[in-house]
Amino acid sequence: MSGFAKPLKIALGLIVIVGLIVIPMNFNRYGLFILSQWAVMSIAAMGLNLTLGYAGQVSLAQGAFVGIGAYAAAIMTTHGWPLPAAILVAIALSFAVGWVLGYPALRVQHHYLAFVTLAFSTLAFLVFRNESWLTGGIYGISNIPRPHVFGFATNKPLPFYYVCLGSLAIVSLAVWWLIRSPWGRAFMALRENPLRAQSLGIDTRRYTLMAFAIGSALGGVAGALYAPLTQYIDPVPFNLSLSLDLLMMVIVGGAGFYFGPFLGAMIAVLLPEWLRFTEGYYLMLYAIAVMLLLIWSPTGILGILDRYLAERRTKAASALRAVAKSRLETAQ
Amino acid sequence: MSNLFDLLVAGLATGAIYALVAVGFTLLWQTSQTINFAQGEFVMLPAFLMLAAMHAGAPFWLAIILGILLSMILLGLGFKMLLVDPMMRHGVLPLAIATMALAIGIKEAVKQFFSAEASPFPSIVPTGDVSILGHAVSLQSIGVLVVAILAVVGLTTLLNRTSLGHQMQAAAQNPTVARIIGVPVERMILLTFLINAFLVALASLLITPIYLAKFSSGEVLGQAAFIAAIVGGFNQVRGAIAGGLLIGVLDNLAAAYVSTQYRAAVPMIFLIAVILFRPQGLLGRAEERTV
Repeated sequence: MSGFAKPLKIALGLIVIVGLIVIPMNFNRYGLFILSQWAVMSIAAMGLNLTLGYAGQVSLAQGAFVGIGAYAAAIMTTHGWPLPAAILVAIALSFAVGWVLGYPALRVQHHYLAFVTLAFSTLAFLVFRNESWLTGGIYGISNIPRPHVFGFATNKPLPFYYVCLGSLAIVSLAVWWLIRSPWGRAFMALRENPLRAQSLGIDTRRYTLMAFAIGSALGGVAGALYAPLTQYIDPVPFNLSLSLDLLMMVIVGGAGFYFGPFLGAMIAVLLPEWLRFTEGYYLMLYAIAVMLLLIWSPTGILGILDRYLAERRTKAASALRAVAKSRLETAQ
Repeated sequence: MSNLFDLLVAGLATGAIYALVAVGFTLLWQTSQTINFAQGEFVMLPAFLMLAAMHAGAPFWLAIILGILLSMILLGLGFKMLLVDPMMRHGVLPLAIATMALAIGIKEAVKQFFSAEASPFPSIVPTGDVSILGHAVSLQSIGVLVVAILAVVGLTTLLNRTSLGHQMQAAAQNPTVARIIGVPVERMILLTFLINAFLVALASLLITPIYLAKFSSGEVLGQAAFIAAIVGGFNQVRGAIAGGLLIGVLDNLAAAYVSTQYRAAVPMIFLIAVILFRPQGLLGRAEERTV
């Protein structure tokens, strides 16, 4: 994104933010639900983008962490705890489980790691489904309350959409700060060349575990918002396909790009809705669209933009070189 | 102990089908670094192609031949040319994601164009039991085992005893050197895709009479094949066979002795243990690290 001038970037960002606040004001209930879902999934995908896009660790378990967060929030808020406390517990819980899940990543990489996390995802689903004393089993947990924020009730769709959007904003700022901190640099070093990272004195063990734990914690945050959003949860939404969807969001948006998860979640959540008018064909068209996009640009949507900007920069640079060269020649 | 015997036979029969699917899976990995997340859907689809042929009036034997040919064209040639070839040089992950999208696409297409309901599927083996060592064993299990064993023996003979098989192995192990000594690597890769398509069509023919033809049946199968491939050894055909049989038996025993609720957990825990303590698989060789 570095090809745009800074004021232009800030203006663009402001327009998007104001648009996200103002435009949904006259959306109906369903439109607001979809948009809130986009915000929640963006948070989860941002977490996975940290683990996968920045630190280079493949995880097929992000959906399980959304589930852990959702169940933590559902169980606590239906027992009278406030949502912020539930979010903190969700963060702590998924951070801890994510840390433990990071240990296999110290031993195995790439597709092996993908399959360990895939197995974990299935195990988590079985626990959600079978431990009915805690999770309500297949009947799930219903009547999950929505929070009061500064004394305002957020039961209506619009206020709760602002809760989701606000949370997305907080998480985005935190991630923005994180990837610019020495930790973020260490994550990228881990992705690009683990051996060299280690020889530069980066504790690769700790940062691998951290990448998993922080990414998972964001999955937990997303889950803790998902539960009050739908107000009813059962195990089905948190099966393996959610993990696969989240992975798809990250790759389609552009892994390792800051804005990738926002775009990826937009495509995964909104595109099927836009295609609804095609009735039974909408998921098929969605699948075809994803495949075509990946064939065209394996680095995702932002990969296209990145390539375009890089091309423009090289062109500009070579034009400058040509000018300089001709000046030299005329001087001689 | 008659119960244990029955469980073992049933487990070996499902395991043999898993093995077929897992072998195809490892072949694709070895020759083109394709992790095919749609492998389960690849098994689901041929049964529907055969059913469609029968609806159009073809007799069962003709439907089988048509189904196998069509799946070799669609899932072998089409899959390679349209999806794998354009994406292969961009690394493992984007292609894996694209196959996930393909899995959704196949599932939805079957649901939309055929049926969302489960359809019955005729068996190539007559129903009934025979008595072996005083146990009643269903003909279906025996038929499945025989066909699967024949397929596996045929494939290993092809790979290990023929020049074509040696060329395929060379293309998989070291494409550059293989190309230098004159192996048509591209054609060999295409051949593995065709073999995979044949194997999944065969697996489809064997498993669909047992579990019915349903658009969503690929999910469980695909996962079982992944696990079998990893447990046995990702870079070994015989590893995938052993892994398939092992997972089939383990799954059946877990259902009987652990709990029906957590039966699916047993292969998963086994998988995690294998990856952590023997990542190259039970029969596999260790892969060299690239870094």
